[in-house]
Amino acid sequence: MKRRRKLGRGVAVVGSGMSKFGMFQDRDSKDLFVEAYRETLSSVDKGLDPKDIDALYLGNFTNDFFIHQAHWGPLISDVIGLVPKPATRTEGACASSALAIREGVFAIASGFYDIVLVGGVEEMSKRTTEEVAEGLALASTPYEGKIGFTFPGVFGATASAYFNKYGATREHLMNVTIKSHNNAPLNPKGQYKASIRDLMQAKQEKARKKGLDVPEWEDEKAFLSDPRANPEVAWPLHLFDCCPISDGASCLLLVAEEMARDFTDAPLHILGLGQGSGKGLHAKADLACFEATQYAAEEAYGMAGIEPKDVQIAEVHDCFSIAEIVHLEDLGFCKHGEGYKMVEEGRTRLDGDKPINTSGGLKCKGHPVGATGVSQVHEIWKQLRQEAGPRQVPIKDLRIGAAHNLGGTGGTCTFTILERR
Amino acid sequence: METRPINDVSYEAYLEEEKLMGTTCRSCGARFLPPMPICTECHKPEMDWNEVGGKGKLLSFTCIAVAPPSMKEEGFDRNNPYCLGVVELDEGVRVVARIQGVDALHPETIRIGMPLHKKILHRGEGEHARAVLAFEPVS
Repeated sequence: MKRRRKLGRGVAVVGSGMSKFGMFQDRDSKDLFVEAYRETLSSVDKGLDPKDIDALYLGNFTNDFFIHQAHWGPLISDVIGLVPKPATRTEGACASSALAIREGVFAIASGFYDIVLVGGVEEMSKRTTEEVAEGLALASTPYEGKIGFTFPGVFGATASAYFNKYGATREHLMNVTIKSHNNAPLNPKGQYKASIRDLMQAKQEKARKKGLDVPEWEDEKAFLSDPRANPEVAWPLHLFDCCPISDGASCLLLVAEEMARDFTDAPLHILGLGQGSGKGLHAKADLACFEATQYAAEEAYGMAGIEPKDVQIAEVHDCFSIAEIVHLEDLGFCKHGEGYKMVEEGRTRLDGDKPINTSGGLKCKGHPVGATGVSQVHEIWKQLRQEAGPRQVPIKDLRIGAAHNLGGTGGTCTFTILERR
Repeated sequence: METRPINDVSYEAYLEEEKLMGTTCRSCGARFLPPMPICTECHKPEMDWNEVGGKGKLLSFTCIAVAPPSMKEEGFDRNNPYCLGVVELDEGVRVVARIQGVDALHPETIRIGMPLHKKILHRGEGEHARAVLAFEPVS
């Protein structure tokens, strides 16, 4: 039986921070989380006494596999001085920290806690690309893993089904990549800071310096069509369709709504929460959509009492370019089969009517899997508070933003809607 | 009547015997492949084993150039990518499988909808013996 979800009491975000995302050989998970936590503390406009934090919920996916260390709740709690306060790790593959947000919200909404820290951390770059692919594939179904599916492979199969159903092509995927890279130089925390044009020039410059033939490309799409510049990973997906391997951490401070103004005059209220589950490729009724995202979106919109058109800006899980296109449809931002057109028309650009992934998305900001969900809300925090600097969207009366996080190959999806009142 | 427990261990053992086995709900007749122990359509728990024929068509696919370590051991890499796909069997159920006998270096030659039939691959020996579900084009 369907009913409209609601919280027992309101919850607000009053602080937010993230570490730089990238590949850091000389930094570990603790360092990264401390960096995110420090920014979170300093972002609380009226200050926070850390002794008042009741609990920590921390998302982490595969540090066990990548760095042979488990049990990250108390480890992180200890390094920021919260012990003996309770610390709980949440795991939902690449949506692990979105689950931490939900747990934190529920704990406050129930009345059990008033002030909760939620975050995420992941340390991936100390493994080879093949090992990371193997580690991430732990979150696909066993049937997929056993025959050699990787994450890019699963999304490659999604892309070929989508192309076949709606007539989109590789060129439409490139529009997503070019858009994300255009936002990248504007985010100082991101892993990649170059537009595709910047990268083209850098490659030409390098060739010139080495005295080699200088490659020429007519435009960005010619560059992305060049297999030397953009090799295949899992057809039809190529290197520039895939998010990078990243290290990073992210952190939010959640408090009961009635206390929010004690911390800031510009809190973000949790307006809608949704989470859904999905099946493996073999059991999906439609290979060109994500059932878990659709369910999460329906729940969140229902709780918020708003429609997709009311969401002014969103971070959408673009682990692969095709994922952003399909999710635009699953989140109701356009009709099914029209996501690729929405991107092509420029509607998702920074200056479009529905800016998507102003942070540069997972593609450019980076995707330290367990930290991603919270970092998406961090971007919405920056935008709704008009603190996004050069990437601030020019929308008038910007009030409602949302973050969509996907785990595994669609096994766990969340949608979180935030409002600045 | 097949009496093996309905689980993935039995499914894999059947594959080694070159049988593709799914389950059918005794109440509503819904079919599942790989086998499901409980009917996820009507939620009744009585299920029976059913062999699925080996004919179907390709629904979607990918050709993987960046192979995980387990596939590298089989000799796959950028110069020798492998094709995986979702196959819909004539019975309406679907599986993920290796797609053999197609040119994974030229994915544009692989057509969604192409008719396929099953071909079980046997990998490893002794304790490590396992069957891998594959399909190839009907010639």
